Amino acid sequence: MSKDMMTGSDAVALGVKLAKPDLIFAYPITPQTHIVETLSEIAPSWGGRFINVESEFSAIASCLGAVSAGSRAFTATSSHGLLLMHEVLHWFVGARMPLVMVNANRAIGSPWNIWADQSDSLAQRDTGWLQIYCETCQEALDTVIQGYYISEKLLLPVMVMIDGFIISHTMEEVEVHEPQKVDAFLPPYAPQFKLDVDDPRSFGNAALPDDYYRMRKAIQRTFTSGFEVFRDCHNLFEDVFGTRYDLMEAYLCDDAETIFLVAGALTGTTRVAVDMMREKGMKVGLIKLRVFRPFPKHALQKVIAGHQDVIVLNRAVSYGAQGTLTQELRSAFYNVDDNPDIYDVIISLGGKEVFPEILMGVCEGIKADPAFKDEMIWV
Amino acid sequence: MGIVLDEYVSGGNVGCPGCGAVLGMRHVLKIMGKRTIVVMPACCWGIIAGPFPSTSLRVPLLHVPFETGAACAGGVRQALISQGKEDITVIVWAGDGGTFDIGLQALSCAAERDEDIIFVCYDNEAYMNTGIQRSSATPEAAWTTTTPEGEGRFKKDIFEIVRAHRPSYVASAVVTHATDFQMKFEKAKDKKGFRFIHLLSACPAGWRISSDDSIEVVRLAVESGSFPLMETDEEGEVRLTYYPEKLIPVTEYLGLQGRFKQISGTQLSGIQEFVEKRMRKLGYTEEEGMRRNRVGDERAFK
Repeated sequence: MSKDMMTGSDAVALGVKLAKPDLIFAYPITPQTHIVETLSEIAPSWGGRFINVESEFSAIASCLGAVSAGSRAFTATSSHGLLLMHEVLHWFVGARMPLVMVNANRAIGSPWNIWADQSDSLAQRDTGWLQIYCETCQEALDTVIQGYYISEKLLLPVMVMIDGFIISHTMEEVEVHEPQKVDAFLPPYAPQFKLDVDDPRSFGNAALPDDYYRMRKAIQRTFTSGFEVFRDCHNLFEDVFGTRYDLMEAYLCDDAETIFLVAGALTGTTRVAVDMMREKGMKVGLIKLRVFRPFPKHALQKVIAGHQDVIVLNRAVSYGAQGTLTQELRSAFYNVDDNPDIYDVIISLGGKEVFPEILMGVCEGIKADPAFKDEMIWV
Repeated sequence: MGIVLDEYVSGGNVGCPGCGAVLGMRHVLKIMGKRTIVVMPACCWGIIAGPFPSTSLRVPLLHVPFETGAACAGGVRQALISQGKEDITVIVWAGDGGTFDIGLQALSCAAERDEDIIFVCYDNEAYMNTGIQRSSATPEAAWTTTTPEGEGRFKKDIFEIVRAHRPSYVASAVVTHATDFQMKFEKAKDKKGFRFIHLLSACPAGWRISSDDSIEVVRLAVESGSFPLMETDEEGEVRLTYYPEKLIPVTEYLGLQGRFKQISGTQLSGIQEFVEKRMRKLGYTEEEGMRRNRVGDERAFK
């Protein structure tokens, strides 16, 4: 085991190198560019090939072709690139093709903005992709490897999120895993069905309503049973690499009166804020939502108790309704007797800076006036 | 090589009577053989291939979104390269919509990257699967449900667009001129890199013809010079591969089809003039047509 300093983009590239996909199809977009630049350099080191296509649309479509023919593939994108892929994102799920894609979270125009924002990936919420949000460069590397494990077991694609610039361009110390350990964790991709001239089959033929319904139901069933695969993945990962990951992480929640719920790099800032508030005697905690799809409703219900307030920190809005994460959490507590007060905070869009002091101010503000719970709070 | 007896399109498929696209697929696969993978964006054939769990193809088939045909096929090819499988032909089988219109970006960029695939456009000159709406392959004066007065613009020249990428092979073909058809697909199969074949394909419902006439109408398209049979390679020089003995008037081709019912005299003479001019540019003369047809069709293919 060795350690190195690297950006989140290079950590992703290293994760891809260790997972050894045959093919990487990609199109550059800020702030994902360093991932594809590095991969274009290092792909030959494991016998992989990097192919720079002409759009994100063709990147994801080429992945569809390659995976259908039995190869492991990878792509990375961001923002407008992810939106351009939208149709094929749905197709991947219906076709039950596994893939890992990294999305460097970035705002969507108009107006142009290249900074961190989760509107791009949360707008893909209903495509049927599994979604995992990372807090650190190390987590980005590890989640790429875990992504293939989960994706190929469930036959559903996995989207791994790193916040643009905050993770993608920031250097951290990263543990570089030994390749043989990764090989022990991640078996080669060996699909039961693929395009094979010696066993000709048709993929994606039109399905009549009853068959279509049955196939869609099977996708939902896989999401429900997917938690077991996540558990196996996290257990095995801990056995092999010694690091524990879970669907979510609860930090100082047991005795907390107020809990911040957050996904992605903003977790780091919120940790600092929670520590600062604890020093001042405020009983606050933090839930880092790591796996957004499947949504870990039961895990959240276990951690959050009715007497607690939850402040949801959103980096995406469903306009005319609520912050996207707030909606999800409120839905998880609907029909639960002992449910908490959930505060809907739109904390940062388009890379707007968040400092621990701002979070402390939010916490004090809602304590002073509980009527905020009926409002969408723009900081 | 003659026409093989093997069949890769099964009977009982849901193609319309007289559908040129079914006949086209049948004969293309006879030439390409068993070791072929078909990638298919949305088109009539997306339905003809049969509803789950049946399939009318006896080779592997991947259905893909409308505009992704060439990109997905490129992905399939790259995977085969990674797996060391070298003897498999990858075909995109797209309609005119998935080629001329929504599929053009992926087509252009796969051609530019010289992806090792054969892109076949079976062109029935409108969105027939959705009920006969115009595409940029719809010819001037043709009625469709979205051009009730007849198409006002001329047909996009896809052959020239693809040729500009200098791929290893570009050809136009029709099932009715079987020798020419066979030779072109064999040639395409033997070459590497990006190959494109433009296949004019009659649609009785959309062209407003009797299903009995779907062979005759395509024959007339060629014999009138409306659809020249030609080919080119990376050198870019276009060769006419079939010389009609004598150019019959385009009115015989158009007149057979209900979709041209409302054509005006000015349009008709404009089309006639355009067709003759293009054929002359391709090197056609009636003397040459007479000479070549005296010695037989196969000599024309040189």
